[in-house]
Amino acid sequence: MSEEEVDPIVGEFLIESYENLDQLDQDFVTLEEQPTNRDILSGIFRTIHTIKGTSGFLGYSKLEALTHVGENLLSKLRDGELVLVEEMTTALLAMVDSVREILGSIETAGSEPETNYDELAATLSRLLDAEPEQKPRVGDILIEEGKATPEDIAAAVAGQDTGDERPIGQILVGEGVVAQKDVSKALSKQVSSKGQSAADSSIRVDVGLLDKLMNLVGELVLARNQIVQFTSSNAEAELVNASQRLSMITSELQEGVMKTRMQPIGTVWNKLPRVVRDLSVSCHKKINVEMEGKETELDKSLIEAIKDPLTHIVRNAVDHGIETPEVRVAAGKPEEGTMLLHAFHEGGQVNIVISDDGGGIPVEKVKAKALEKGVITPEQAESMADRDVQNLVFNAGFSTAAEVTNISGRGVGMDVVRSNIEKIGGSVEVQSTEGVGSTFKIKIPLTLAIVPALIVSNGGDRFAIPQVNLVELVRLDRGGAVNNIEKVHGTPVYRLRGKLLPLVYLDEVLELGRGSEVEDETDSLNIVVLVADNRQFGLVVSDIHDSQEIVVRPLGKELKEVDVYAGATIMGDGQVALIIDILGMAQRAGMLSTERDRARVDHQDDDSQLEKGDRETLLVFRGPDDSRMAIPLSLVTRLEEFQWSTIERSGTQSVVQYRDEIMPLIEIGDALPERRSTPRSGEGEGAVETVHVVVYSPEGRSVGLVVEEILDIVESSMDVQRPSSRLGVMGSVVLEERVTELLDLPGIVESLNLLPEPEPQQSAEA
Amino acid sequence: MRQLCTFYVDDLYLGVGVDKVQEVIRYQRMTGIPLTSNKIEGLINLRGQIVTAIDMRTMLQLPQRPEGKLPMNVILHADDGGALSLLVDEIGDVLELEDARFERPPETLQGVARELIRGAYKLENKLLLIVNSDKIRTESVAA
Repeated sequence: MSEEEVDPIVGEFLIESYENLDQLDQDFVTLEEQPTNRDILSGIFRTIHTIKGTSGFLGYSKLEALTHVGENLLSKLRDGELVLVEEMTTALLAMVDSVREILGSIETAGSEPETNYDELAATLSRLLDAEPEQKPRVGDILIEEGKATPEDIAAAVAGQDTGDERPIGQILVGEGVVAQKDVSKALSKQVSSKGQSAADSSIRVDVGLLDKLMNLVGELVLARNQIVQFTSSNAEAELVNASQRLSMITSELQEGVMKTRMQPIGTVWNKLPRVVRDLSVSCHKKINVEMEGKETELDKSLIEAIKDPLTHIVRNAVDHGIETPEVRVAAGKPEEGTMLLHAFHEGGQVNIVISDDGGGIPVEKVKAKALEKGVITPEQAESMADRDVQNLVFNAGFSTAAEVTNISGRGVGMDVVRSNIEKIGGSVEVQSTEGVGSTFKIKIPLTLAIVPALIVSNGGDRFAIPQVNLVELVRLDRGGAVNNIEKVHGTPVYRLRGKLLPLVYLDEVLELGRGSEVEDETDSLNIVVLVADNRQFGLVVSDIHDSQEIVVRPLGKELKEVDVYAGATIMGDGQVALIIDILGMAQRAGMLSTERDRARVDHQDDDSQLEKGDRETLLVFRGPDDSRMAIPLSLVTRLEEFQWSTIERSGTQSVVQYRDEIMPLIEIGDALPERRSTPRSGEGEGAVETVHVVVYSPEGRSVGLVVEEILDIVESSMDVQRPSSRLGVMGSVVLEERVTELLDLPGIVESLNLLPEPEPQQSAEA
Repeated sequence: MRQLCTFYVDDLYLGVGVDKVQEVIRYQRMTGIPLTSNKIEGLINLRGQIVTAIDMRTMLQLPQRPEGKLPMNVILHADDGGALSLLVDEIGDVLELEDARFERPPETLQGVARELIRGAYKLENKLLLIVNSDKIRTESVAA
């Protein structure tokens, strides 16, 4: 039946009923926790009652009959004659589903379905005859309201037992424990069913109107920014005052309107216990869902956007994460699995953590799967940290195949989860310990429309960098810039507190064509330290302006191809500035390496992406005998320089005091006898004053690898061209047209037995 | 009968349906967009709406606009991909022409013009070429 044929009265009935039914799902969830909450019970009763009334009027007899029995049960629950038990919830939920089914049939076919609902109706009427429930006791109400302590009540009850004939309330008043009016209040609460209804304090507003208001406020913020900028240069006391007031009011208005669009995350979560309940019943699992921070608010559009990813993660956790009761008991865990949803605000972002105490993500299986799918190379698999392996489940390579479900667990459509979350400027990662459980961490912005951003410029062009990605700002004077930016083979890095920070020049990555001028003409250099996909890098810009709230405007379709921009905004002077998508820019600059590389759905790019996915960033250095050697940069914690004089000896081992611990130093010659060279010396001919040391910290303990000179950082394919059988060398690769030996640093450390209890499965905490 | 908004680009006399045009405004300051095709000139702020400006000279592979001569903006109505502005040399009149004067472009018309020009109205002393406004967005990103 097409839309214009639907009777307007029926149409209205459908809309109203759907809306009320959505509310019911939430209500039942709350009810499971507070089975005697009368406000909710009467709300549910009203909804069903309304549907029953209207369906009778419109002549939908099946709907009327079904809702009639439901109403009877609900009315007893509301009046406290019955108390809600699980069986009733199941039956009532089934009734809600059936009502939806009938409504759906009315909407599409114009009539009630053929299905027979007698059985459900019979179940509902059977439940009607269950044992009646007592009214809440006055004493309990008083305790609940904090007017009396359980001890007071117990004393009063004891008094009744020993012959005092007065009611509990009067005993308490007589003892002076509570005031008369509190008892009256408790009594009236005992009798009456509901307090103030929500309808008195809230109204319903069309979301379209709120969106429009939000847009207008955005415009107002722009106009405000313009006026503020103008008045700051044309100061006239009165105008300045007025503009300050305008500025303040605008900010408050902006905040207020944004709040109207805020919804507690509970609105999405409330659907999850039902999902978990249904799913766990069908997989014969027992799962308890706990929620913390339900009231955490975020923008409505974001709530919509995270609904599916969230449901997906939760479903996955039930399906593959939490084990069956038998397996759990065998593993020494409680029979019932626990899933914890936790939301909280932090640093202008909303954090959602979904953790379960299930089986975790099996590293070896994921690794095997990734190798099979060609997502990683065998060399990468060797050197990857467990955590990186587990995060491979977000890789597109894991998504399509259904058989992944029974092989590696998590991973069906997880790439969609990640791309959906990243689409709204958020991020997701997983931490998991095999056999103990998994934790998914989602971070999303509070709102999308207005974001704080840092304005930077290069030449005349201004760009906005979302503050979410910003870590810190570093300003280098001319002298400092020369000393600290090491730029070998065209890959610049800066030692930020001793740690290597890869640098990207804004003018180069955007091909602004003013490359050399920036360095030559200005006497300082600005590095904006950014983080994208958990990696830090520095963006070199010529000027840093202030940070401000910017209104994000989408770009036209013709600009969507360029993933370096997240949108545009209008600056105080009315000019447009582009907002930089840091993730996109980092990718364009080749900053995100190897396993984190996001595979694109774009099939045309498949070949080039694969090629790129095989690459890893390597630290190249000169070893003894002028040999070129390399190790993956991910293994490098820091690069340090020590004075020769600070190196001490402990037994036969060279050590140096480093960060309050004694760090053993490895001479490459010690590990590779064929590379043994003349011992270094701090005296005499050819004396060296400083030693370059690559710090490697497996398991939090540091080891220093002494090298002659740091040469370069290059991104290269890790394909070993000539595998080696020598201990300590993984093989040789050709880097920048020169043969370079790839050191097996973890292997060397292990073979020299420098660290107590060396872990065979080393982790690369870079 | 069709109402057409006309404009000049180099020595071409072009037009689009009046119903496609939101407004015509004089030159606006523009923000360049790095890494995009040179057909996309930049972004302008049209009363809070961000509009992508497309240079019709580059689109039609015509010589660059002489220095110092500022283009005009013909703003097309926003469709689902956002509003577009065509940068043209000068604005002409709004003409009302009967359909009989319209003719499809000759088969010999090749290249980018084939995609962009829908046909021509035969005026007394010249031809008015009709721009296919639906193709502008896709053509602007084409290499």
